[in-house]
Amino acid sequence: MSQLIDIAALEDIPPQGARVVRTPQGCVAVFRTADDRVFALDDRCPHKGGPLSEGIVHGTSVTCPLHNWVFDMATGQAQGADSGAVATHAVRVEGGRILLDASVIRRVA
Amino acid sequence: MTRKLVVIGAGMASGRMLEHLFDQAPGQWDVTLFNAEPRGNYNRLMLSPVLSGDKTYAQIVTHDSDWYLAQGVTCRFGEAVVGIDREAQIVHGARGPVEYDALVIATGSAPFIIPLPGHKLPGVVAYRDLEDTNAMIEASRPGATAVVIGGGLLGLEAAAGMAARGAEVTVIHLMGHLMERQLDPAAGYLLQRDLEKRGIRIHCKGATKAILGTDRVEAVLLEDGTTYPADLVCMAVGIRPETRLANDAGLEVARGITVDDQMRTSDPAIFALGECVEHDGQLFGLVAPLYDQAKVLAATLAGTPAAFMPLQTATKLKVTGCDLFSAGDFAEGPGREDIVFRDPGRGIYKRLILEGDRLIGAVMYGDTADGPWFFDKIRSGADITADRDTLIFGPAFAGGAQADPLAAVAALPPEAEICGCNGVCKGTIVTAIQGGAATLDAVRGLTKASASCGTCTGLVEQVMALTLGDGFAANANPPMCKCTDHTHEDVRRLIKSMGLKSIPAVMQDLGWKTVGGCASCRPALNYYLIADWPLDYRDDRQSRFVNERNHANIQKDGTYSVVPRMWGGVTTSAELRAIADAADRYAVPMIKVTGGQRIDLLGVRKEDLPAIWSDFNQAGMVSGHAYAKGLRTVKTCVGTDFCRFGTQDSTGLGIRLEKLLWGSWTPAKVKLGVSGCPRNCAEATCKDIGVVCVDSGFQISVAGAAGMDVRETEPLLTVDTEDEVCEVIAAFVQLYREQARYLHRIYKWVDKVGLDWAREQVADPATRAGLIERFRLSQTIYQTDPWAEHAARPDEWAPVADLRLRAAE
Ligand SMILES: Cc1cc2nc3c(=O)[nH]c(=O)nc-3n(C[C@H](O)[C@H](O)[C@H](O)COP(=O)(O)OP(=O)(O)OC[C@H]3O[C@@H](n4cnc5c(N)ncnc54)[C@H](O)[C@@H]3O)c2cc1C
Ligand code: SF4
Ligand code: FES
Repeated sequence: MSQLIDIAALEDIPPQGARVVRTPQGCVAVFRTADDRVFALDDRCPHKGGPLSEGIVHGTSVTCPLHNWVFDMATGQAQGADSGAVATHAVRVEGGRILLDASVIRRVA
Repeated sequence: MTRKLVVIGAGMASGRMLEHLFDQAPGQWDVTLFNAEPRGNYNRLMLSPVLSGDKTYAQIVTHDSDWYLAQGVTCRFGEAVVGIDREAQIVHGARGPVEYDALVIATGSAPFIIPLPGHKLPGVVAYRDLEDTNAMIEASRPGATAVVIGGGLLGLEAAAGMAARGAEVTVIHLMGHLMERQLDPAAGYLLQRDLEKRGIRIHCKGATKAILGTDRVEAVLLEDGTTYPADLVCMAVGIRPETRLANDAGLEVARGITVDDQMRTSDPAIFALGECVEHDGQLFGLVAPLYDQAKVLAATLAGTPAAFMPLQTATKLKVTGCDLFSAGDFAEGPGREDIVFRDPGRGIYKRLILEGDRLIGAVMYGDTADGPWFFDKIRSGADITADRDTLIFGPAFAGGAQADPLAAVAALPPEAEICGCNGVCKGTIVTAIQGGAATLDAVRGLTKASASCGTCTGLVEQVMALTLGDGFAANANPPMCKCTDHTHEDVRRLIKSMGLKSIPAVMQDLGWKTVGGCASCRPALNYYLIADWPLDYRDDRQSRFVNERNHANIQKDGTYSVVPRMWGGVTTSAELRAIADAADRYAVPMIKVTGGQRIDLLGVRKEDLPAIWSDFNQAGMVSGHAYAKGLRTVKTCVGTDFCRFGTQDSTGLGIRLEKLLWGSWTPAKVKLGVSGCPRNCAEATCKDIGVVCVDSGFQISVAGAAGMDVRETEPLLTVDTEDEVCEVIAAFVQLYREQARYLHRIYKWVDKVGLDWAREQVADPATRAGLIERFRLSQTIYQTDPWAEHAARPDEWAPVADLRLRAAE
């Protein structure tokens, strides 16, 4: 992770929930698991664009709210019978703050 | 030549370091030792046994003044160092300076004190040293009250220690379960249950707002308004490296004092070790790595090459009777797999985390005997592929026979007990099966096996499989989801019979096979718990499907539709005006009249939801729950008010029913219709519950549908009065709430239980009264408008950050 952006406090995201970050490249969903790990994925399901940030988080997976595709949040890969992937972004927690990889603010050409 | 060594801090790390140093290089260093505490070195870990009364302070001293004297150490106990002059190589103690050739900083950690109002009152302590421990002992007279803020390792040891001395202790923990860094919710639940058995009150999800009192602490106030009386408040919310001296002296400090593999700081004459350091980005809060550091630093000072390499650490909770062990990395992550073992009866939980062919983490509760064995596997990084199937059973099974559960059951003698609740042994079950019982229900009926708590259902089925061979078709009713072998029906029954009141409790006590369930079982469990324990259970928002979490219907583009309630389909010009205003204000792309006689605003953006709700609330409207597994609409016709055919006030009755039922959660959506005569303009006979008014009274029919299945309702009862209509319908809805499987509409449930049975229940006066009473009780909690609550906290609905501007900069 080259450059990091402080986006929020860990507490701003409920456990097993998500919040959205707006970026020039579209929305990124930042998830928090029950054991306080964070993951960042594009907030668009590769199936039909469902907002993954509104899915149910279980373990390190999230289930898309529109048609129940399940994604591994660490790899972005769809699980089970579905195939496809959603882009992931590097993110970590330090001192209670969530730091997101700054490449998300690079403009798309 | 003797050189001058100054050590700041006589803690566990420096104590061990000096021991090694005097062994390896006797006489090489002339040591001066400062300690802010007025004493030498004791085993800080053992403060908990001192607190609980199992040990005395004298028993935990490791290096006293005599020991230091014998080693020729100049002790300056009770004197804090106030500054370091690196240029002159002088340390300033509170009572005077000392020169050094080499300096060791071992100042440990400082406890976090949350700067809440009242945090400076006498009676507020941390849990770090002997003074804190003595203050807690002092305050733990029987009958005294204490509050511990923080349900981590230290907080729980403090709580258990004070409780053991007779104090009435409450633990307030911000997170949803105890020790969330080490345990998952299910193991946290077991721990909580054990602590509660010792009379310790646990309040999870509790945010402390203030510490109350005038001359000293008297109570603790939480954000939700709860107060707990407290003669003493112990804050155990975390520690941070004590780096102030190093900072002031201009040493390189990240979160802790930065050191290299030789424990050297950015100044070659200054070393640091213990909890105050950061090595390779890592901090240390347990003694095992500190002891390794002590060895390395002693060698470095003695002039021998050595390098510090952090190893995995293991944690135990030192509370007698709570067996907890965790080691390694037990977070979930990419390419990691869990093996979970739960023994509900004995309160045992074990979880192993595998990455590829290696064990990388282990958590266990209730039976930690195998902890060291697992820990060893973690540290050695051994390939566990060959033992994977039996790994979780520990060394007793290692390399042994593959555990075939069926073989194990086959090996049981006939007198082996299968069902503990009812004392049914294997032989009895086999006899019943040979006598003709071919289904689980039949076996249950004949022998009572698995008829109570049901956790032995799997065993009973195995006995059946063994006895019937191919003739046994395993339970035709499929399990709830891949996380469990239990059916929805079993889970509902067990939640009741075992008194399970939280999702982690269900997952632990019913032996869930996954760590945190899935998107299919969690909403179901959340519903069952709400329905069964309206007073005790707290709704889990994160286990709700998006529509219910956001109280609006998600649309294909991620926008929402918002539907305010129109009682019985009746509205006013003022309400219509408010709806029109909202549509303008939030630029609603489409306004549509729904099939349920309401107005749907489609295309509302998520972040606008709180504001639009707040507008509707102010106009006197509440949520239409158009998104809910709950009561949706009561469709009505105009009835006697205007219609020339109307026999009763169908509109009025519809409104009455909607006001009675709204806000109640149900297994699936529930729609009603009330028509004023058999012309049935409200289409009442294809609703979940329909009422057709006739001259002689009211015909109530149920189990209709007009969705993927189209069904006509079937008659339930005919009654004389509106009051009776309301009673019968409330009772019927409650029966459905208590019995049905999640996501089953009323018609599916009625198909299963039989309409006759349902009719008997609501027709019987005593049963009906009980159902109505339970329904009303639940409504006292749940008949609230969700919008009112969420509109008050709009921030949570907006993006947490907007980086589009940042990019422009
Ligand atoms: C109640 C309790 C239970 C614990 N249980 C466990 C356990 O079960 N397992 C485990 O592995 N770990 C446990 N720990 C953690 C373990 O005790 C610490 O990791 C360890 O003591 C840290 O050693 P240290 O030498 O770095 O610091 P410490 O032992 O804290 O020593 C630092 C010393 O430096 C002194 N000091 C600070 N600043 C100055 C100054 N300016 N001038 C002079 N002196 C100063 C302090 O007064 C203190 O005496 C527990 C801790 C506590 C408090
Ligand atoms: S159902 Fe009967 S009472 Fe109601 S509007 Fe139609 S005709 Fe009139
Ligand atoms: S849009 Fe996500 S599953 Fe269809």
